Amino acid sequence: MMNSYAGFGRIFLTIVMAMCLRITPWPGFLSGINPDWVLLALIYWAIAVPERVGIFHAWIIGLLTDVLTGRVFGQYALAYSLIIYLCLIMHKRLRQFPLPQQSLFIFSCLLFSQILLFWLKNIQHPTQLHASFWLPVFTGTFCWPLLYTALRRVRLSRRTK
Amino acid sequence: MAIIASVALLITEHRSHRLDSLRATLSVLVDPLKYLVDLPTVLIEQTTESVRSYSTLKKENAQLRDEQFIDKTRLLKFESLEKENIRLRALLENSFKLGEQLLIAELLSINTAPYENIVVVNKGTRFGVHPQQPVLDANGVVGQVFRALPFSSEIMLITDPNHAIPVQVNRNGLLTIAVGSGQLNRLNLPFLPNNADIRPGDLLITSGLGGTFPSGYPVAIVDDFTPMSNKPFVNITATPKAMLDRNRELLIVWSDSSPVSLTTPLSEKPTESPPHDQPAGTGTVGNSLPAASGSARNTPAGINRDDKSAGSGLTHKTPVAEQADTDNDE
Repeated sequence: MMNSYAGFGRIFLTIVMAMCLRITPWPGFLSGINPDWVLLALIYWAIAVPERVGIFHAWIIGLLTDVLTGRVFGQYALAYSLIIYLCLIMHKRLRQFPLPQQSLFIFSCLLFSQILLFWLKNIQHPTQLHASFWLPVFTGTFCWPLLYTALRRVRLSRRTK
Repeated sequence: MAIIASVALLITEHRSHRLDSLRATLSVLVDPLKYLVDLPTVLIEQTTESVRSYSTLKKENAQLRDEQFIDKTRLLKFESLEKENIRLRALLENSFKLGEQLLIAELLSINTAPYENIVVVNKGTRFGVHPQQPVLDANGVVGQVFRALPFSSEIMLITDPNHAIPVQVNRNGLLTIAVGSGQLNRLNLPFLPNNADIRPGDLLITSGLGGTFPSGYPVAIVDDFTPMSNKPFVNITATPKAMLDRNRELLIVWSDSSPVSLTTPLSEKPTESPPHDQPAGTGTVGNSLPAASGSARNTPAGINRDDKSAGSGLTHKTPVAEQADTDNDE
């Protein structure tokens, strides 16, 4: 395959962009619904090029996200590696799914990650739950088709070279 | 593997501070992103600054000059009051905390956690910032440093649900604790009995208890409330004085956070001016540390240190102690 070495650059860049999007301040109420772009990008790459994105990568990126967002160490690392494991197992099936069905899978992934984060947070100190805590899950699901087409273009544009 | 590693990390981080260095190292990798995301805001700000018209600048200049004039006049009085305060405290054999060093930090306009009132500023451990430092703005207390990384630090605002700040009512000195509500414009005062002497409009200032915040800084103003006679405690809310959602510049404060003891004045004493040193020295010489009494007698050294000893009392203690030793030998 042609995409044996150069693919890393693209993946890296998109992940960095996702991280930037993750911490971008959106005006007003939009900031509350900012989806987990890093996880979405990771899921895409895990489905598209499973030989390139492993659980270890997901773990490292999760660790960096922990540092970036000032969470307890290992929180995102745990969530990301679990979800990427799931994606890697199912990547062949997921590729066959039409976009709406994929979105459903993404929805459950994001929900799982959010539940895990809440659970870990609650272990450290009891927290009250806002209803808007779950909004990023929905926005993430809605953003998935967009992100999918965008990243697909990124991936295929280099393959045609 | 990854799961075990993450769980191990989670547990170690929760139990101890051993991972702080690892976090600092990783943050060097990630912090450029924070600055990158902040870049557009900075650029927009700079462009608006540079295209401002001459008349606006002139107007602003005049306004600032007026403000400075008023502030200066107020400070004239403040100085004499401060000296009087020092004198009175010296009579009471109490130490006076003077001189806090300030560092201006700029907010990075990034959003790390949507449901927590934690902000990121552009000064970190490279500037000597350390956790639990109080953070102020021009109007009042903003919060405290929550985590200091090499190039940035996270600041927990006083309105964070996990934050509580010891305050007192400026009018009558009533002590209580203000707990964050999670909303940027509200603090809760949950620990006041129904018959507490507190009124809407009362100014809450830091009490200095707890040692994190220096005393006397304005925190919030009490909102309207209705006492409920069927409950033992009233739930009073207050509005923070600091512009938590508007300010970009924050002040990080260094103050000597060691507890004030009644009988042994700290070495911050020498920051007093010479004429008032005499009563302080004589008043405390019997039961004070050699350092404090020695420096109080040695007025020239005290004056020279005046500007430096602000805030970094710890580092400047050594010369004072030496001075005191030589004095005692003589």
